[in-house]
Amino acid sequence: MKFRKFSELYVSFFKIGSLLFGGGLAMLPLLQKEVVEQRKWCTEEEIMDMYAIGQCTPGVIAVNTATYVGYRQAGIGGSIAGTLGVISPSILIICLIASVLQNFLQLPLVIHALSGIRIVVCALMLNTVFRLAKKGIVDKLGGVLFLSSFLLACFTPLPTAIIILLAGGCGIIGQHFKRRHTP
Amino acid sequence: MIYFTLAYEFFKIGLFSIGGGMATLPFLMDLAGKHDWFTIAQVADMAAISESTPGPLGVNMATFAGYHAAGIPGALIATLALTAPALIIIILIAKFLENFSENQTVQAVFYGIRPTVAALIGYAVWELLQITMVTTTENGQTLPDLTSIMLCILFVLLLQWKRLQKLHPIVWILAGAVAGILLKL
Repeated sequence: MKFRKFSELYVSFFKIGSLLFGGGLAMLPLLQKEVVEQRKWCTEEEIMDMYAIGQCTPGVIAVNTATYVGYRQAGIGGSIAGTLGVISPSILIICLIASVLQNFLQLPLVIHALSGIRIVVCALMLNTVFRLAKKGIVDKLGGVLFLSSFLLACFTPLPTAIIILLAGGCGIIGQHFKRRHTP
Repeated sequence: MIYFTLAYEFFKIGLFSIGGGMATLPFLMDLAGKHDWFTIAQVADMAAISESTPGPLGVNMATFAGYHAAGIPGALIATLALTAPALIIIILIAKFLENFSENQTVQAVFYGIRPTVAALIGYAVWELLQITMVTTTENGQTLPDLTSIMLCILFVLLLQWKRLQKLHPIVWILAGAVAGILLKL
């Protein structure tokens, strides 16, 4: 039943797209719930790998992730279903706002609600960072990489993609030494 | 043919904007100068509205710009053209990883990348906190906003509670909207 899989992918990513406030990163808590916990389509580690790939490849991160998860579940058709799902709410909402609801975002009620949502999104993302750090840092090298990449991001103008590529290089070197020392 | 030009321009944006939604901004500025679809001031408005409506930022901006240029068909074409390059590239990468995920070098690369991803996301959240947890005073100064900070800490603590972890993020988002309205944030 390929069609059923396609519609599941479309619905899940439609949900994620319509709950996504504040750019691609805000997608992570939603992905953890919808894709990892409920549907079990991929693991938390895969989500991190996908994020890294998304930072080094062109395109919107949310779309990249939807394409990747969709492809893994149901091939090219699945990737199209996931991608269409994540962009559909945007098309609907933005067309509505651009055509009829131009003053909608100036209503005090809407402004207050959006400020509240922004704070919750911060809290959800902090929670996600705790979880990802626990999953991602498995040994001493992991701890060193975590700290040094945080400092690089804070104090140098290095683009994210370069930091990720450097870390990948460190991974290869680290694994090489590990294998040498464990007979 | 405006539809063809739109598709071409947004395909290019999709291909060259690396690292998330805001990366599309300079390209849209460029378009504002090149065509008479929208003005630079409108691009700024679009960015503000795209930030406060649900959906990926880059996609929202493309839909908005396409709508301004050529109505609803324009919105559809711009959005689909923006996503097309990513769709193709990610399918190729997914295919590659499918065949090489057992490969030791690929595994070593991701072993190094995962802690870095956690750190980079942590840094992005730190930046987000800095722009969210402030208020602007009448003379244009930005000060940390105590109510927002307390509310954020409260939500983080609630999120650690085992029983509440089963809740879908939509519940939290709604709770945030209600808190925002009640506290007049």
